[in-house]
Amino acid sequence: MIKNISNLGDAALYCDFGNEVNQSTNTEVIKYFKSIQKKNIEGINNLTPSYNKLIISFDLKMTNFKVIKKIVENLNIDSHDELKSKKIEVPVCTHESFALDISRLEEKLKINRVKIYENIFKKEFFCYMTGFIAGMPFLGDLDINMRVNRLDTPRVKVPKGSVGLTEQFANIYTFESPGGWNVIGNSPLKIFDSFNEKDPNLINPGDIVTFKEISKDQHQNFNE
Amino acid sequence: MNKNYFKILRAGINTTFQDGGRKNLYHIGIPFSGAMDNRNYLLANKLVGNKLESPVIEFAYQGPLLEYLGEKINIAITGDVNFIIKRNNSKIDGVCYQTFEIESGDKLDIISTNKSVYGYLSISGEFDLKYQWSSCSTNTKANIGANEGKKLNVDQKINLLKINKNLNSKKLNYVNTRIENIRIIKGTNFDYFSKKGKDLFFEKEFTISKLSDRMGMRLQGSKIENIVNTNIKSEGLIKGAIQVPADGNPIIMLSDHGTIGGYPKIGVVISADYDKLVQLTPGTKIKFEEIELSSAESLYKLYELETQNLISQI
Repeated sequence: MIKNISNLGDAALYCDFGNEVNQSTNTEVIKYFKSIQKKNIEGINNLTPSYNKLIISFDLKMTNFKVIKKIVENLNIDSHDELKSKKIEVPVCTHESFALDISRLEEKLKINRVKIYENIFKKEFFCYMTGFIAGMPFLGDLDINMRVNRLDTPRVKVPKGSVGLTEQFANIYTFESPGGWNVIGNSPLKIFDSFNEKDPNLINPGDIVTFKEISKDQHQNFNE
Repeated sequence: MNKNYFKILRAGINTTFQDGGRKNLYHIGIPFSGAMDNRNYLLANKLVGNKLESPVIEFAYQGPLLEYLGEKINIAITGDVNFIIKRNNSKIDGVCYQTFEIESGDKLDIISTNKSVYGYLSISGEFDLKYQWSSCSTNTKANIGANEGKKLNVDQKINLLKINKNLNSKKLNYVNTRIENIRIIKGTNFDYFSKKGKDLFFEKEFTISKLSDRMGMRLQGSKIENIVNTNIKSEGLIKGAIQVPADGNPIIMLSDHGTIGGYPKIGVVISADYDKLVQLTPGTKIKFEEIELSSAESLYKLYELETQNLISQI
């Protein structure tokens, strides 16, 4: 359920589903997202579901905050929609040249790199959302002792394929991009395909992801 | 064989094809993109008699040098731009918001924008471009849109799919105004910042940094102190949202912004001020002013009305 609706600027609705970031709150967000998407409401031009929020952007030429808020408050959400999910294995090379922030993590977490990687490679991750850059999956949940904040100043360029950690999540940079996540390795797998307009994302909200370690050679010669 | 085309002799700094942008793709991580300065984009199309949402060439700071080969067409340039047309040994000084006829062999030299960032080149006809998700806007980060999602490059050809044979000369009397007072609505994390931080945010000037592009505008000035948490749970972003990372330097999200962000949002630039904001060059000092949602909505109506008036004057 939406706990609170406020405005984000003059052309977006900010729907808050509560402070808890877990799979059940996130599933609620995704249900609202899918329901609103299906209804094709006039003036709405974008929906951004995230862990515990849904942002609804609209065209200020066609509608306004009050109108969209009323529509959202009176929505009937179809609770029978099941999330379709699949399992995906993502190859990752942890060679020093890719693991840009592993030393920072060892220092911050007080855990050595061998244990950090052990933890990541044995885990099943749940995809909460995709975005920031095209197709980037946000994967949870890291163990409590593995959680660390973003970099204080984001990098101007994070290399394509970088696997990063922040708080309870891991992600994969589908393109070179600015970003502030702690980079621990690199995947050669194509996560986003812009030529597949219908289904461009390899990983979608609700999917289960595991990481598999590969060598630098395997990374270099990776063939999909 | 395409008989009408431009040859790029100099690409310029950041020259891309843009149109009205893409909708309904934030959830997979694809931003609106589209022309940064929407008003100047629409005016460019109206001048040459195209549909308002047709693709144009957007350039930043230094524009391209183009050689045209083919049948006569009209071109128009909007923004605040210095340009010339070279024909044989003569030189025609360009004027913005006015159509110019160009013929085979002419060279269009878009020298630079003047105290602004973006300018627009439209043609009386249609560029031959690839559309992705119903838009040809080039998103160079995700390599989506026209020209393989890349900036224009030297020695490339830009083919024209068709041209309009009826060439009507058009002119608009319009001078871009600058604003350095940016109006904002409080962000959803406004209270993450200390009393002093909030006061500084509205009282002090911020300088636009060189590290600004179509994705975002980085600001330098007083550090905005965060007293709650320098990270939030990553959530959706929109154009104009002002994030403040732990270093206390605000970043304003622009048209190619990341769709999700994890830094607290102190405010959001109102829609009415967006076109003017993006035109401010690095080094410019800006100040923020808080206004209410209802005022922002009225100001947008006014801005939109002004734009429509300008369009109808052409």
